[in-house]
Amino acid sequence: MMACLLEAPLRISVLSEVTATSRHYVDRLFDPDPQNVLQGVIDMKNAVIGNNKQKANLIVLGAVPRLLYLLQQSSSSLELRTECAVVLGSLAMGTENNIKSLVDCHIIPALLQGLLCSDLIFIEACLRCLRTVFISPVTPVQLLYTDPTVIPHLMSLLSRSRHTKEYITQIFAHCCKTPEHQTVLFNHSAIQNIAPLLISPSDKVRMQALKCFSVLAYENTQVSMTLVNVLVDGEQLSQVFVRMMQRDKPIEMQLTAAKCLTYMCRAGAIRTDDNCIILKTLPCLVRMCSKERLLEERVEGAETLAYLMEPDVELQRIASFTDHLVSMLADYFKYPSSVSAITDIKRLDHDLKHAHELRQAAFKLYASLGSNDEDIRKKITETENMMDRIVSGLSESSIKVRLAAVRCLHSLSRSVQQLRTSFHDHAVWKPLMKLLQNAPDEVLVMASSTLCNLLLEFSPSKEPILDSGVIELLCSLTQSDSPALRVNGIWALMNMAFQADQKVKVEIVRALGTEQLFRLLSDPDTNVLMKTLGLLRNLLSTRPHIDQIMSSHGKQIMQAVTLILEGEHSIEVKEQTLCILANIADGNTAKELIMTNDDMLQKIKYYMGHSNVKLQLAATFCISNLIWNEEDDSP
Amino acid sequence: MALPSCQQCALRRALCSTTVPTRHCRAAVIRGYLTAAVSLLTKMAELGAGSLLTGDPAFSYQEHELNERLKRLYPAVNEEETPLPRSWSPKDKYSYIGLSQNNLRVHYKGHGKNHKDAASVRATHPIPAACGIYYFEVKIVSKGRDGYMGIGLSAQGVNMNRLPGWDKHSYGYHGDDGHSFCSSGTGQPYGPTFTTGDVIGCCVNLINNTCFYTKNGHSLGNNLMKNDLRPNLYPTVGLQTPGEIVDANFGQQPFVFDIEDYMSEWRAKIHSMIARFPIGERLGDWQSVLQNMVSSYLVHHGYCATAMAFSRATETMIQEDQTSIKNRQRIQKLVLAGRVGEAIDATQQLYPGLLEHNPNLLFMLKCRQFVEMVNGTDSEVRCFSVHSPKSQDSYPGSPNLSPRHGATNAHLHSTGADSPTCSNGVTPTNKNKSHNKYTGVSSASSSPSSSPSSVNYSESNSTDSTKSQPHSATSNQETSDSEMEIEAEHYSNGVTESSARIMNGTYKHQEILQADDSSVGNGVADDSCSSRQLCGGNQAATERMIQFGRELQALSEQLCRQYGKNATHKKMLQDAFSLLAYSDPWNCPVGQQLDPMQREAICSALNSAILESQNLPKQPPLMLALGQATECVQLMARVRSGSCSFARVDNFLH
Repeated sequence: MMACLLEAPLRISVLSEVTATSRHYVDRLFDPDPQNVLQGVIDMKNAVIGNNKQKANLIVLGAVPRLLYLLQQSSSSLELRTECAVVLGSLAMGTENNIKSLVDCHIIPALLQGLLCSDLIFIEACLRCLRTVFISPVTPVQLLYTDPTVIPHLMSLLSRSRHTKEYITQIFAHCCKTPEHQTVLFNHSAIQNIAPLLISPSDKVRMQALKCFSVLAYENTQVSMTLVNVLVDGEQLSQVFVRMMQRDKPIEMQLTAAKCLTYMCRAGAIRTDDNCIILKTLPCLVRMCSKERLLEERVEGAETLAYLMEPDVELQRIASFTDHLVSMLADYFKYPSSVSAITDIKRLDHDLKHAHELRQAAFKLYASLGSNDEDIRKKITETENMMDRIVSGLSESSIKVRLAAVRCLHSLSRSVQQLRTSFHDHAVWKPLMKLLQNAPDEVLVMASSTLCNLLLEFSPSKEPILDSGVIELLCSLTQSDSPALRVNGIWALMNMAFQADQKVKVEIVRALGTEQLFRLLSDPDTNVLMKTLGLLRNLLSTRPHIDQIMSSHGKQIMQAVTLILEGEHSIEVKEQTLCILANIADGNTAKELIMTNDDMLQKIKYYMGHSNVKLQLAATFCISNLIWNEEDDSP
Repeated sequence: MALPSCQQCALRRALCSTTVPTRHCRAAVIRGYLTAAVSLLTKMAELGAGSLLTGDPAFSYQEHELNERLKRLYPAVNEEETPLPRSWSPKDKYSYIGLSQNNLRVHYKGHGKNHKDAASVRATHPIPAACGIYYFEVKIVSKGRDGYMGIGLSAQGVNMNRLPGWDKHSYGYHGDDGHSFCSSGTGQPYGPTFTTGDVIGCCVNLINNTCFYTKNGHSLGNNLMKNDLRPNLYPTVGLQTPGEIVDANFGQQPFVFDIEDYMSEWRAKIHSMIARFPIGERLGDWQSVLQNMVSSYLVHHGYCATAMAFSRATETMIQEDQTSIKNRQRIQKLVLAGRVGEAIDATQQLYPGLLEHNPNLLFMLKCRQFVEMVNGTDSEVRCFSVHSPKSQDSYPGSPNLSPRHGATNAHLHSTGADSPTCSNGVTPTNKNKSHNKYTGVSSASSSPSSSPSSVNYSESNSTDSTKSQPHSATSNQETSDSEMEIEAEHYSNGVTESSARIMNGTYKHQEILQADDSSVGNGVADDSCSSRQLCGGNQAATERMIQFGRELQALSEQLCRQYGKNATHKKMLQDAFSLLAYSDPWNCPVGQQLDPMQREAICSALNSAILESQNLPKQPPLMLALGQATECVQLMARVRSGSCSFARVDNFLH
């Protein structure tokens, strides 16, 4: 109690003392003698270095607007203006709150204005401060692009000195976040200006230039296509990147160079079977996933690798046997490790921070690895506790992990064998169903897509899923605004209806409602239309089912069929529709719906004479079913 | 400027009035012989090819490729001690194995009914530990009937009627199931299967004692075993069914897998480990040890002013007093300048009794003196020249002009040998004097036109000399101390063998040094060889030399009587006298002796003897430490510590 009483006033007195000295620094900025002002700024510079508290105090006391004023005054000496920029840069080095205050004081336009000065030292000081402000996550990057003259001016300053090179490339690397940014930089010859910096003698410049290329090329075909033709000192850019991936180079450099090549490859600028991808980029990224790398590097490495090989089965095969990647990834799930929890709080904190990121990266990479090759899928599911990890990943709090886990599950669900075995053993449908109840659209798309596969006829999970009230859920998906969700919903219903019991079929028709069914038949998305037709076809199979459904919904179905056959549709859609008609013709009573419809018979006749063989076949199939008699069938 | 070669020879013949073909002509003749010999050899190789089953005229080229690649990959391996595997051993194999294509192709010739018919072959030599990281590849030419192929390693003596990996001390990666076998009949799932057309590699990391395989250039990841690898493993392949054929690549061709990149990672790892070696609290101790090492090194070689400046800056103590250092410096300078007679006099004067107690050293010095007389450098013959020797540049062709080079670099040697003599001897071609830019240094007269045999050198040197002109004007008499300091950086030490190797620069390096030297002010810009004649071509000097030779012979006989026969002395004397048997001693089989670099050894021996007589260490601690480090690294190779290959001493000397 005593201690408390004593301590409180003491703290206040210390604080007021600090504020007093800080105030003194600020007061000196208003001295009428410019020489005193300069000395005041220099003293302030020395006082704030490495002292976050002092920085905060000065900001609170309003030093920033005054410093900015002095910096902008053309009457100030260059030395004073430079020192002001240095102090501001120092203040920016503090906490995120400092940056926010600086940005609120409009430091960015002031410093950008300063770049128009001719003095290199002053320009460098402004750039250094701008760099520090822009690399902070709290600074809106858009501020770099508001004035259209800024980017060209920065480009012109680029080659002035080693420092301008480093700061400007660093600013670009951090502020290029959208395709629009990429285009702006590209249109101002960023590539031609930055490419020579890749062979700069300064490590820092090389690294920042490389980072620029990775953000410029990301998902940008125009940039990537340009990059392949760039020569640096007579050497192709891709070869420069390959050299930067050599194993004795800094890890950050290897990883960033691999990203550049990955983005160029994905944009189609480099073939996936090019040696620089197969023999260099891919192994480099696999190395980045190894236990020796930092957690951040492992996350980036795995994500980039997943992205690189996503569309190419050959890359997936190579990666699957490179350096035991599949089992190496299993280690991503062991954070925080139980040992670190006891021994080292700092380490635990670090592990915890990265644990989610690691898991989602591993799921992503597994998803990419297993997206095509059955053997790889088998290898993945056989990895220690893999299915358990996916199951628990599906219900993790982090949305990123859930999404990645369901992507992984989706990739593995393409395997008939896995559907029959591990998927059923681990009852993956349960967490999947739970996930479907309440999730953002991107998760829903993946989850419903996975569900489609789980509802395939041979999947043992089909039964329990049916029992869990999935039909209502799928029907509600078909009403979604997102075409992807509508497709998945109707697709799943189609799979479910395939060779299903009468009960299930009736339930589907009931739950969906004929109104919704016909709405789907006029869906603008062809995929939705195709799957809906597929559903109808599956519903209308085996004679008793056909007769039953046609007796209750015959009129509407015939209407819909007519509409589609008369409408502007692709061959596939028409073929599918004729197949439905053929199924209807197979019914005993349903047959009459066609036989009594002259118009329909004319249509069938027309398609029998159609130039497309597929449609001819389907129409003939129709006729064949129509003339088939129950009596003939049973002699 | 450059005369046509035949004209040069004609000119030279006229000048020397000798019928012996000059070096230039001889070179042409030798070239002719070589061309003939090479074509003959090629023909022989073609004839022999039939028996070698290759029919490959590029075989010698491939051999050359192999040597180059092995040297690049495993620079630390001393192949005389531990040869590298280059082919399969025709002796160390099971009878079901057939070899062809220079013992690189392996095929199966047994029945292949079951695993009892398995057969293996080992390479000719085990993998030396000094490789650090070793790699070889095998291409599957045909998987044969079943593709039961194993690629890996085994120790000497492991049963060859088996596939590698099945037995103790053997390891293998098998094609049929992709499993890895580590001294066990049951394999572990490891990688993909492999078959016809695949290239399988095996990498042994002797630093962390692991091994991994590659398939078509992709690393399959570390094997399950760790720290389990036996020493002295041989590359091994095993086959089991008819039709199986594999080709080995021990470096004959580029590898599919980028092994050099893998090595670079480990090199970087080990270098950073060395750089980050913790010294903890002893930082201060280390600093003073290092300072003492530098200081003692400077003192040892007599770089007096530098040593003093260094000791002032670092507050270290110098044990020897300045005069003593300067005396040694003076004597060393004399020896390095080839003025051995004067050096002997100075030694006897400053260190009485030293040479009397070291008759071997005295004999060595006298032999050298004789050689220098032939060279025309020693003052006893130089005094016959019209100009005072003192006025000459004191470092004619001093070793710093031509730093030592390994014996392998013959070209450099020949240029080195060119440089010294010319500058000293009195040139008979006095008419050239008018062209010469240094009027004060007549001996250095060598205008380009008068140096037919080495037009290129003289050309380049003439430009050098222009640059160095202002210096040469001042650099007469005894070279000043400060000059010595600068020069010292270049020639220096030559104490231990290792130091010699360390000093070997690349060719480029040497060029830089040469440029430096001339600007330092030696003004030895005259590589012309036309002036090179016995004892500078002076009759009196030659007579003096012959007389000196007799004295030397007498000394030898006296020593023989006193201390018994000494083979080294005999050889030394013979070599020295042999010089007289050739009309052009500089281009004779024993001409090497005339190279000014040869002065370094005797110079350092004399220096060491003086230091020893003063109770000071005869070798500087820095050189001892270097020598020890070099020895340690070599020892590491012998005790199979693979990291030695990436921790070589010369990697750290720049």
